[in-house]
Amino acid sequence: MSEKVLMKGNEAIGEAAIRSGCRHFFGYPITPQTELSAYMAKKMPKIGGVFLQAESELAAVNMVYGAASAGVRAMTSSSSPGISLKAEGISYIAAADLPCVIVNIVRGGPGLGGIQPAQSDYFQATRGGGHGDYHLIVLAPNSVQELVYLTADAFNLSEEYRIPAMILGDGTLGQMMEPVDFSSMPEPVYAEKTWAVTGTQNKREKNVVKTLFLDAHELENEVMKREEKYDVVKKEIQRYEAHDTEDADVIISSYGITSRVVETAVKQLRDEGMKVGVIRPITLWPFPEKVYKTVHPKAFLSVEMSTGQMVEDIKLACECSTPVYFLGRTGGVIPTPDEVVKKVKDILKEVK
Amino acid sequence: MEHRINIFSGHFGSGKTEVALNFAIKERVRGKKVVIVDFDIVNPYFRTNDARDILEKKGIKVIANAYASSNLDMPTVPLDILSVFDNSDSVVIFDVGGDDDGAFALGQYKNYFDKLGYEMHFVVNTKRPLTQTTEELEEIASRIEKASRLEFTDIYNNTNLADNTDENTLMSDYTEIEKLSAKLGIKIEKNCGLKTALYGIPDNLRDTGFEMEIYIRKPWEKQ
Repeated sequence: MSEKVLMKGNEAIGEAAIRSGCRHFFGYPITPQTELSAYMAKKMPKIGGVFLQAESELAAVNMVYGAASAGVRAMTSSSSPGISLKAEGISYIAAADLPCVIVNIVRGGPGLGGIQPAQSDYFQATRGGGHGDYHLIVLAPNSVQELVYLTADAFNLSEEYRIPAMILGDGTLGQMMEPVDFSSMPEPVYAEKTWAVTGTQNKREKNVVKTLFLDAHELENEVMKREEKYDVVKKEIQRYEAHDTEDADVIISSYGITSRVVETAVKQLRDEGMKVGVIRPITLWPFPEKVYKTVHPKAFLSVEMSTGQMVEDIKLACECSTPVYFLGRTGGVIPTPDEVVKKVKDILKEVK
Repeated sequence: MEHRINIFSGHFGSGKTEVALNFAIKERVRGKKVVIVDFDIVNPYFRTNDARDILEKKGIKVIANAYASSNLDMPTVPLDILSVFDNSDSVVIFDVGGDDDGAFALGQYKNYFDKLGYEMHFVVNTKRPLTQTTEELEEIASRIEKASRLEFTDIYNNTNLADNTDENTLMSDYTEIEKLSAKLGIKIEKNCGLKTALYGIPDNLRDTGFEMEIYIRKPWEKQ
């Protein structure tokens, strides 16, 4: 597959994971991410990998916990309610400083919600999602090609920092088809795993993977060490895409599929002579806060498929120095380019 | 002979829905009464029912399950589907879900199909993973035939790379499709694509061109 192929987002994640050295996939089906499991079910047996449909989301995530403890590249995927079920296991994996990749192809919530696309799991993804002080590295692609690149990055970054990484997509990104090329994706970079529980062969001290600490100070110490690691990650990997920010009166931020809607709107607004720019966060955690301190629009606008989640990070990033507006649709509804255009025009009336 | 029942089936993501929609609209333009059945029990997004407004404006009847395009993933067949076997004056188009999983639900109507006659068109896109070679295509075709208890009658070549399609794309793996045609003993009925894609069809195959328009767009393409 050196030339371009036409793939669904979900399939492309599967192929990219395999090419990133993932041979252990544990899942449980849920719309709209099931094609990823289906692709893995077809492909893994052919290449000597493991595809296992577990009896539940809980089982699947704990299998990832086990596989990651042994130092192999492991992955699980689900959609919103399924990720909530996995939250306990993800917290354990984070607490054990293990690398793995978790895919969330978000659907409308809360509760059972619906199967149409949404971005209402932003808080859950960027704040950890389960109990305790922890974070995931959260990557938000906006095309099938970028899904491929970021899946490779997710495995590499997760292993480098020993932090579980999450691909945060949405139903549309998972279901839509776009041409992709795999030859340009990042190569797997394997870290040395001196911590992995692979059997001592009576040649070394045993490794222990655990999340229980009997002494409170010892636990505090563990958590603080992890916190220091998070500070390093925050410094080293803040990714975003920006354009037309220099002269912009309004800078629009959106991530994932919403950014495609925003691009259509920005083109129209620019054609009409309005000064509108774009900052698209690619890492949602760490949030690319630095760039927000280097730009000077009259207002920011966050466009999301939620009732307003990333908007809070923009306020924190610009330290409320600039008004931050919000436009959102939720429950499986995608904002239209027209809605974005109208919102920007309304904002320009207010801030001028 | 030309049958009034046309079933579009193939690998999932091969473009069955767009081909079926274009086929339906062409038939309608020719003055036929047309009914299209969204028979996708696999795919929650990007399906025939999403083009309902366009189709109904053109006077095409759409039959879909009550939950199609909704927030519920309910893989059921439409309640009023049997009516299509009675409408003897209409061209009927089935847009079937991908692979054998999608085709499985067709089997229950085998008696109707056998009695009334049908054409089942194998929609092929060799730019899709897992359907790039004759062998892979043959495997999918045989799985679909087994699941549906029906047989393919011809091939619709729909090889494309979405926005990256150029005039070389459509015919780029044509020898694989020709081998498939020989193996299955059915002809390549149409070579499908947007107007620009069809420039790649050689002169001797000009009349196999099936010019398409895209009816199901991504949200940011809708204006």
